[in-house]
Parts: sequence; C-alpha cells; structure tokens
Amino acid sequence: MKRLGLDVGSTTLKCALLDEQDQLVFSCYQRHYSKIAGTMTEMLTAIDKEFPGETVAVTLSGSAGMGLADALDVPFVQEVYAERLAVKALQPRTDAVIELGGEDAKILFLRGGFEMRMNGTCAGGTGAFIDQMASLMRVTPDEVNDLAARHEKVYTIASRCGVFAKSDIQPLLNQGARKEDISAGIFYAVVNQTIGGLAQGRQIGGNVLYLGGPLTFFSELRRSFDEVLGVKGVCPENSLYYVAIGAACAGVGREETPLSFAARLGALPLVGQYQSARPLFRSGEEYKAFLERHERASLGTRELTAPRGKMYLGVDAGSTTVKAVLCDEAGNIFRPYYAGNNGNPVPLIKSYLEGIYRDFPDIEIVSSAATGYGEEIIKNAFGLDMGVVETIAHYTAAKYFKEDVDFILDIGGQDIKCFQIRGGAIDNLYLNEACSSGCGSFLQTFAGALGYDAASFARLGRFAAHPVDLGSRCTVFMNSAVKQAQKDGASVEDIAAGLSISVVKNALYKVIRCADPESLGKNIIVQGGTFLNDCVLRAFEQEIGRDVIRPKYAPLMGAYGAALYAAAHAGNAKGKLVTARELAAFTHHVKAVTCNGCGNHCSLTVNTFSGGRRFIAGNRCDRPLHLADESKHYDLYEYKLELLGRYCKNRIDPKKKTVGLPLGLNFYELLPFWHAFFDTLGFNVIVSPTSDRQTYLDGQYTIPSDTACYPAKLMHGHIEALLREKPDAIFYPGMTYNVDEKKGQNHFNCPVVAYYPQVLKGNVRALEDTIFICDFVSPARRSFFEKRMREILGQYFPPFTKREIRRAARAAYAAYAAYFADLRKKAAEYRALAQKEGRPVIVLAGRPYHADPEINHGIHTLICKLGAVVLTEDSVSHLVRPFRVNVRDQWTYHARLYAAAKYVANAPKEAKMSLVQLVSFGCGVDAVTTDEVRSIIERTGGIYTQIKIDEISNIGAVNIRLRSLFAALKDRNTR
Amino acid sequence: MVDFTQKMKKEYTILAPDIFPTHMRLLREIFVARGYKLEILRYEGKDVIDTGLKYVHNDMCYPAICTLGQQLYALTCGDYDPRKCALIQFQTGGGCRASNYVMLLRKALKNMGMEYVPVIALSFTGIEHYSGFHITLPMVLSAVRALVYGDMLLCLKNQTRPYEINRGDTEKVVAKWVDRLRWQLYKNRGLSRGAMRKNLDEMVKDFHDIPREKRDLKKVGIVGEIYVKYSPFGNNGLEKFLETQDCEYMVPGVLGFFQYCFSNMETDHRYYGTPKTHQLAGKIAESVASDWEKEILRALAPYPEFVAPAPISEVKRLAERVIDRGVKMGEGWLLPGEAAEMIEKGYTNIISAQPFGCLPNHIVAKGTIRRLRELYPKANIFPVDYDAGASRVNQENRIKLMLAIADEEAKTAEREAVKV
Repeated sequence: MKRLGLDVGSTTLKCALLDEQDQLVFSCYQRHYSKIAGTMTEMLTAIDKEFPGETVAVTLSGSAGMGLADALDVPFVQEVYAERLAVKALQPRTDAVIELGGEDAKILFLRGGFEMRMNGTCAGGTGAFIDQMASLMRVTPDEVNDLAARHEKVYTIASRCGVFAKSDIQPLLNQGARKEDISAGIFYAVVNQTIGGLAQGRQIGGNVLYLGGPLTFFSELRRSFDEVLGVKGVCPENSLYYVAIGAACAGVGREETPLSFAARLGALPLVGQYQSARPLFRSGEEYKAFLERHERASLGTRELTAPRGKMYLGVDAGSTTVKAVLCDEAGNIFRPYYAGNNGNPVPLIKSYLEGIYRDFPDIEIVSSAATGYGEEIIKNAFGLDMGVVETIAHYTAAKYFKEDVDFILDIGGQDIKCFQIRGGAIDNLYLNEACSSGCGSFLQTFAGALGYDAASFARLGRFAAHPVDLGSRCTVFMNSAVKQAQKDGASVEDIAAGLSISVVKNALYKVIRCADPESLGKNIIVQGGTFLNDCVLRAFEQEIGRDVIRPKYAPLMGAYGAALYAAAHAGNAKGKLVTARELAAFTHHVKAVTCNGCGNHCSLTVNTFSGGRRFIAGNRCDRPLHLADESKHYDLYEYKLELLGRYCKNRIDPKKKTVGLPLGLNFYELLPFWHAFFDTLGFNVIVSPTSDRQTYLDGQYTIPSDTACYPAKLMHGHIEALLREKPDAIFYPGMTYNVDEKKGQNHFNCPVVAYYPQVLKGNVRALEDTIFICDFVSPARRSFFEKRMREILGQYFPPFTKREIRRAARAAYAAYAAYFADLRKKAAEYRALAQKEGRPVIVLAGRPYHADPEINHGIHTLICKLGAVVLTEDSVSHLVRPFRVNVRDQWTYHARLYAAAKYVANAPKEAKMSLVQLVSFGCGVDAVTTDEVRSIIERTGGIYTQIKIDEISNIGAVNIRLRSLFAALKDRNTR
Repeated sequence: MVDFTQKMKKEYTILAPDIFPTHMRLLREIFVARGYKLEILRYEGKDVIDTGLKYVHNDMCYPAICTLGQQLYALTCGDYDPRKCALIQFQTGGGCRASNYVMLLRKALKNMGMEYVPVIALSFTGIEHYSGFHITLPMVLSAVRALVYGDMLLCLKNQTRPYEINRGDTEKVVAKWVDRLRWQLYKNRGLSRGAMRKNLDEMVKDFHDIPREKRDLKKVGIVGEIYVKYSPFGNNGLEKFLETQDCEYMVPGVLGFFQYCFSNMETDHRYYGTPKTHQLAGKIAESVASDWEKEILRALAPYPEFVAPAPISEVKRLAERVIDRGVKMGEGWLLPGEAAEMIEKGYTNIISAQPFGCLPNHIVAKGTIRRLRELYPKANIFPVDYDAGASRVNQENRIKLMLAIADEEAKTAEREAVKV
C-alpha cells in the first residue's frame, strides 16, 4: 500500500507519496491562497491520474492541518516531528536542521541532546516576512534573491518582527538606497531572527540541513546562513517535502483512494463557526446614502481646468505612495497626482513637473513645499522652497475643509497620524511607531495573500453578511486568525470586511489607545488613502458611533496641505524650484556608504543630483554632512556618557586582581559606585565597552527569551566582551531593591533589571569557567550593605576586614553622590543657559540605561539638532517633593519618571519645558508608567510625547514625531 | 479611593475574578459566612477580553486583561447594578507589575465614569484599609484550610480522572466534595485539625474507590504564571485540551505559592537585612502553611498509587540548583522549583504557561530552561505563550509537538527496557 503525506502549511500545500519500498513516487508543492480544500482536491486528482484506482493511507501534517485531520478522521503528525522522521530516514548524518516555512521557523538539533525549537507567537523572519518585504520593494521574492546576490553592502534591518523591518526598509527605499543592499539586509534579518529567536543559546554547527520553501528557493539566504553560522549547509533533494515525507512515513491511516478522500474533503460542512460582527452595509440603499453623504461633505474645493498665474506646489512623498498637487490662492486644486512610489519617488515627481511645464508653460509656481517621509530627498532633488512636517501639512488641509476640526485621523499605507486639535493647535499627537497593524499596507498584504488587488479587495467586503470579527491584533498574528476563520468557513467577503474592521480597531485601540471612541472629538476628519476604502470608512463610523468627514481628496491631503502651507508662507520662498530646462538635464545617482564618523557607524545613502545637489540620508548626526557650523548644544545625555567614561579607563596593575563590570542596565547608574568600591578594595576594575550593534550580535546566541527588552539582550554581549579580557572575576549582582530615594511606596528594580544576572548565569556557558559574582545585595541600607558585601566577597576571595569593606563602601557611596551632584549641577547650568538663550528644554525621560547610544539611537542628538536643551529624568527628579500618583509607585527608576513629569508639568511657561518619554519595546513596566506620566503632563496642559525604541535603528518616524512636537510647541508659544 | 463601608457590606455585591476555579469556590464561603456578598465571575470569551483591552493598557500583561476584563465586563453587561457593586483584586505588593492591578482597575473605572465603584485590595500586608471590609486572623486561617482542601481535590482529581473506567465518576466525587466543603466552610466547620483529617482521609478514600484501570498515558506537568497556569479562561482550556490528548497532567498546588511568598521574607532578611520581625512573621506564616501541607501528605501516605506533592522544603532544595532563591518577583524560584519537582516525579513533559511578554518569566521560565535541561536531560520543556493576540491553533500545535516527543521518549524507554 502506498502512503500519502499531506503537509498543510500556512501558505503552501505539499504532498509526498511513498510506495511500498519507501521510495518517493510523487510529490507536489503549491501555494494554496487559503483555499486549502480546493488545492488539495487538485493534488489528489493528479495523484489519481498518475496511479489510477490505487488506494493510499493518508496522513496530515502542518500547522493548518490539525483541525482538518480531526474533521476527516485521518491521523495527524505534528510537522516538526514529521520532519525529524524524514531527516532520520534520508539524511541520518545531520546534526542540525533549519527549516523556514510560510509563517513558521524551526530549528532541530539532532545531536547531543535532541531538541526542537519553533517560533512561538512571533512569526518574524519567515517566508511570509520575505514575501512582505518583496512586495514592499515591488519585486518578486525570487528577484529579492537575485538582487541580494549583487549587494555591495548590507543594511541593518530589524529582525524581530516584520512590522519593524518594514519601518526600517521603507525609509531606506524612500531615501533611495539600492535594492540590492536592502535585499541582502532582509536575508540577514531572517538569519538573525532565526538564530536569535530559536537557537536560544545553542550553537548551530556540524552538518546543517536547510529545508522548506525559502531556503530551497533562495540561494542567497542559504549563503547568509552559511556565513553567519560559519558552516557549509546542505539543501538536499526534495527539501520541500520533508514534512510530507515524514507524515507519509508515519502513515497508519485507513486505506482509501485519493478521490474518495477528496470526496470526503468536499463534503465537509463549511458552516460559520467564527465570531462575526455586524455587516457594514445591510443594503444597496444604505450604501448609496452613505456615498451621497460623503459626497456632500467635501463641497467647497473646485478642481481647476485652465489655470493661469500664480500657483503653489505641494508634494507629499509618503511611505508607499507619492502625492502632488498644485493650488491657487483660493485653494482650488489643479493636477492632483497620486501614485505608488515603487520605492523611489524621485522619477515620479520629475515626470509630474515635466508634465506641468510642458502642458502649462504659463503658470508660475511661486512657492513650493514638500512633506512626508521623503520630504528631504524631494526638497533637495528639485529645489523645493520649504519642508513642512507632515502633521502640520495635514492639519492645514483639514482646516480648509472644516475650520473647527478637532480630530484628524490619517491612515496611509504604513503610517497612522492622528491628532487632536485644541484651541487651534495640535494637541495630542499619535503616530504609529512600532506597529503598522492599523494601516493600509495591512489590508494590502492580506489582499495579496488572498490573491486580490487592493481595490477589488476593498469592494469585496461591503455587503458581507457575517464579517469575521478578528479583533485588534498585530499583522503577524492576524495571519493565523485569518487562517482559522477560513478554516471555520468564512468567505473571502467576510474576511475582507473583517479585516477592514480590524484596521479600524487596531488604529483606535492599539495606536491611539482610546478607551472611549466617543471622546475623540466632535468634528472628525479622516483622510489618507486607506479611507478611500468604503469598508474602512464605514467600519470607522460604526466603531466610534459618529459620522465623520472624508474629503474627496482624502489621499491627497498631505500634498494639498503642503501646497496651502507654501501659499501661506510664500514670503519665505526663494524660488529655487527646478526649471524646465534644469529638469531636462536631471540626473540622480545613489551610493551606499558607511559613516565612520563615530561609533554609530550609520549606513548612509548618498544621493547626488544634477547640478551637484547632494542629499545624504540615514545619518543620525551632522558629522557626515561636514557642516562647519557646529552650533552649540547642551545635551545632558552626552554629558552623562562623558561622566561615566571617567570610570572606563580600564587601567591594569598586574599585581592586583581584576574584576570586570558589564556596562549595561543598572550599571549605567551604579558604575561610579561599584567602580569606587572595588578600586578602593584594591582591585583593577575593567568595564565592558559602550554597546554597539556588534555587542548585540556577539551575545545573541545565548539570549533565552526573544521578547525581553533590548537593553537586557545587550547584556549578553557585554558579558562576552568581559570574558575576552579574562578578568579574575565578573561582578554583576542581583538587586531586587534599588537605591531608596524615598519617593514611592517601595524601591524595587523591575524584574529584568533585578534578576538578569541569573539569566546570564543560567545561559552563558562560558561563565561557568570564571568567577561570576551574582549574589544578591542592595545599596539601600549602608550598614547592612557592608556586612553583606563582606559575606559575598568572602566566598570568592580571601576575606576582607570589616575596616577594608567600610572604607570601600564609604568611597562607593561618595562616588555615587558625587556623580549625581555633578550631573545635577550640569543640569542646573543647562537650564540657566536655556533660559538665557531662550531655548526650549526637553526632559528626555527614560531609565539610566537609555544613555546607552545603542539603545537610544541618538535621539538626544536629534532633539539638540532641533535647537532644544536635553535633560535627563534623573537630573530633575530630585527637585520635586514626593507626591502620590495613581499607580503603585514602587520602582526607583519609575518614580523618577513621575517626579520628572511633575517637575515639567509645574515649570513656568517661560521655561519652555516639555517631556519626551523613551520606552524600550517589551518593557512591561512602562505599560503602567506611560499612561501615568501622560496624565501628569496633561493635567497642566502640556503635550506628552512617547518614543518607543527597540533594536531598530531608523529614526525617520522619531524625527517626525519630534518635529511635530516642536511645531506644536512653537504654535502654542506664538499664540 | 472609595471606601468600602459597613453599609456597603450589607448591600453591595463584591465581584471577584475567577483565578483558581476550584479554590475560589471554597474561599468564597469564608466571606459569605461573614455576611459579605461575594461573587466569583465566570464570564469568558471575546467580549470579556475586548472589555479588558478597551480599558486596560494593551501592553499590560494578559492576566490583567482577563481578570480586570471580567470585572469591568460584569459592570457593563447589565447583569449587575454598578451602583451596588464593589470589585476585589489580590495585591501582593511584589516587584512585578501585577501589583498595579488595583490601581489599573480604579483608573479604568474612572475612564468609564464609574469611579464610585469601590475597589478592595486584598493583601497580606494590609496596604489599604476599609471601614466595612476586614480580613481577620480566623478568616486567614480558614483560607489556608480552604487552599489545602482545594489543592488536595485537584491533586486527586488529576490523578484519577484519566484512569477512571466509568466516565464522569471523578467529576461526581469532586462535585460532592466541593459541595460538602463549601457547606462546612460556610458553617465555619471542618477547620479543626481533627475535622480536617477526617475530611482529607475520607476524600482520599473516595477517590481511591473510583474504579480505575491502568492506561499508558503521557505525564505532563503544568507550571507557569499563576493565573494562566490555573485559569482555563487564561490558558484557552489547556487542561481540557490535554484531556483529549492521552495525557495525565499534574498542576502544583496553590498553597505552594503562598509558602513561597512567606519564605521570601526570610530571604529578604538574609540578603537585605530587613527587620527580624519581618523574618519572624514570614517564618510563622510558613510554618502554619507547612503544618497543613503535612496533613495532605499524611492523608495520602496510605495510598502509594497517588503521587503526593513535594513539601515546600523539597521544592526549595530543587529550586536552588536552578536559580538563586533571591529571585522573588512573579513566581520567582518557585517556577523552576516546581518544574524540577515534577520532572523528578516522572512528569518529564513540562508546559510552562506564561503570558506573552511577562517580565519575571523572561528570568524564571525561559531563562531557566537551559539549566533544567542540563540537570535533567530527559526533561521535555515547552514554554507556551498566552495573549489576546495569540491563536489557539499555534498553542495547541506547540503542545502537540511536545507530546510527539514525549511519545517517542516513551517508546525509546520501552525499547531500552526490553533490551535490559
């Protein structure tokens, strides 16, 4: 009897037919576009054609096969397990298997303690990820491979989640980076994700087997794995079918013909078992009335047909699209233009301008403004007069349609901008930074996955009777939810409608985080391309229980706003816009280089345009721009690093024993303390170097939890760095309690800061060969601290006398106090200078370890560049008397956040003081602090700004955020 | 903060989330016996989660979304009059963000315009005081006994149900005992040592008398964050799923968590020099709990077919090989300690249930797996994440993988046994 293994994956269906001698006699691989039953029936029919009338024993496997197997009453073999069976039979000498699938990633360790690892709730770094990135670049996945083969350099792309990677890639594309180099970066991101997320401390080596679609199809991906792992892996014959073969091997199911199995499959009831929401439109009339209402709402603007005289140009180079428009002084629109940017907006704007010059030689473009992600490149390429931050552009346009607008929501391809207007100024501003789940690209991705283009997908859901209720969740998780809904019998229409509802819910509850949709505002304007989708618009109105206005030119609003802005500020225009003749000779060259100006090693793209105009992107500071004007900046983050640097001299006296301290997490504050302590005790003290990307990569292989915060993950690299120096001991104590500043109800550290030494001890094998002092101690009570330290050190070194310890402790506490005194004195100095020079002050509030340049990605420098003085939370927190907050105030670092917020909230208006909170992704405690800090700031009418940071290094979104804040502040001050 | 007054005690219904399904039913009677109207909320499903997501920060841990969601849902679904309700939450005061549940609840109520609803923080240390709600020493002592009963019931149920010949026998015995114990607790009975012994002895005998047969089942141990470990709502019906997969599963008792908390007071004294009184209080509390723990062991002793839970002293010893006992936030050292205990008892397949992104679990769950495997090469440990966004399919698929390996291990062991 032949045995048939069917591997029902998340995106593909594979089958393998084994004959009585275990030989593979038939195999097939096909994308199923979620039409699992149909695709499977095709395969079964093909098998029957090949082997007419023969019976087979069917076994199912694969992530989407479980429920199906139950329903059809055939055996199911877990897919990783099936794969292992096949590897044992076909490649018995294998040490480790790496298999990537549509949404799954797996590593199997076959030697030295068998282990299987698969991705949990995170689907980053899989085939779906590569597909998503490919569609972002407008190439096929195969082309990604070809492109990567020709790379000159590799961009660093966040590997943790497709959403982050996207926000890395999009700006690179907009800035004109070479697709070759990005493609290589994508593959390396997959490699890093697989190793970081799955290997979890186990080294991959020996005979490595590559299986699954992506590793079979993409030679460059295999090469990237080879390179990073330092192995020569093999992609065997039938590498796509290992799971299916394994399932077939295990087969003990009943015999039946493929056709009878197909018949049973076809007979499965597809009843709606899923949760459903109310339909978007109940009838055609309802839909018609809806359309008419929106038609009426955007009266007022007129599209000109024969323009003449003075015109104003606005260009909005968005994340996935480019928009441009001209308007006259009255705000009448001319030549609206909207197109996908294919990763490079420059040629599109070029031809737009060419068209205008050609068709309407009479008009005079008096003033021009650019906005959006690509603002800088467009401005530089074509000599536009001004740049305007996109939030302001959108407000300018919205105001034109409704003067008393109080809430604007713009959902574009990849970003959500949303802000409240209070008293004519931008008040609350929300941008999606770490999450694109509420955006148009979310819908586009699913439309593509289900085999539709965005426009027809948008029409599908209108009259769906039972839209799937998919809730609000991350794009990556949504894949499995959609899969499940399909399995439960949801039609494509129901899914399309459900996804539209999800986009809205994501935007409302994940990005804006509004508790009560009714509180958003009364006069709401929605715009952005995504709202052209009637389903999304309708879902939004249903969700907030209020009618909103969608201007006719919804996707154009950024460009229109820019044009209006250009008109309003025409006085500042310098008239440098390229002329028709210059345009004819226009050229654009792109080069990728790495800046070696400082430790950040930014990946720069240098764009050169005709006429010698140059635009450099990717830089975090002004160094690569070689600006002579190094204007004065007052940056306490920089000063803090400088202060700490004094303890990082690493002088070695060969007669003394050496103790190593890792420069991360709480050492960013306690370094002076511990340094003085050990120095006074007579040790050489060496400190690990300041983190950079390599620090992370060096330690990545021992990180056990891929969802821990980036600052914690970096500790692994710091330990590696110390181990290389071979000190006599590494000191990293466990600290449940932090210093007690008597601010809150307790003085805890967060669990990660408190106990990370235990993670290192349990996961970094090399620490077993050295003295790793990770005992528990607290500096909160000095007398006990001395006793405890004597006890701890006595376990590892000849005992110290009480007097020696006391002396060391005295030095430690003194150094700690001196460090803070110095920092706070400098802060006072900066505050005074700010006042004198009339500069705004930003308290960049985070944790001590946010001073780490690899963690803060140079955000403090950005703020300085915008002309503000930057202070740290711990340099002002002592200026506020203890007070009660609405949450349990029990962590030392977090109590400082509340105190700093209070300080900023109470500052006089002349001090121009604001707070920006830095939040590390995965910081659970900040789920508590952010809302509280916000409420403290807003109580006195301040603007709260939060910036989420992770291993991503792109700061484009952060820049928008900061510029909007500054624009809003400026606006407030001028009123 | 809204006080819970004497008057409210008579008129208001106190709504509690369902944390430990069996235990809570027993604990409830202690309050009812003293004139409180306490209800354990049984709401489940998407609406509850959505309510949680709507009013609690989305990045807050899943147990917060579930338990706060249940309470807020109760106030909004129309079943209760919000003007006649109070909410209650545990507050441990530990370094984990879970210590903020009470505050988050109050915040959410404020956003909902229901700030008049009193929220009671239930804690050991009496962080807050209310004029109409008092935890008295007799209540605490009754609660300890209720936990002992609850643990014993679960321990026996988990070891009987998979092997019962007549389906449903075990559930019947469980139901009988839950009813009997509720009645006793309500009447303030069954609390003396003699009465406890009698109850425990009879309970073991009842389970022992259920007709059973030997079956070859995979032995699974469930450890994890305290809420998703016990609550079927939190863990997508993990136990129900395992029941369909030819497993016998073991879940450690609730009492252990409290013993763990008490013994940390001792460690704090050693590590941080907290006052002697603090240490003493912890010691006394621990010894009271351990005293009752002994009663469980005593009652089980005559029946070797039932695997008895390890005393906390043993769990501590096992935990120390994996992680320092200074780790005391969340489940702290208890989690790897219980994992080790179960592996040693033959429950080598460990599901470590945790909320997605749970901070202490980075340390005590995922952070200890490598070390546990080093100590117990046969251990088959799988962390499973629970979250509003995580799909059941993925969770179950993961567990299936664990079980496939368990099957294979069992077969290998069999083959080796034959060779010998």
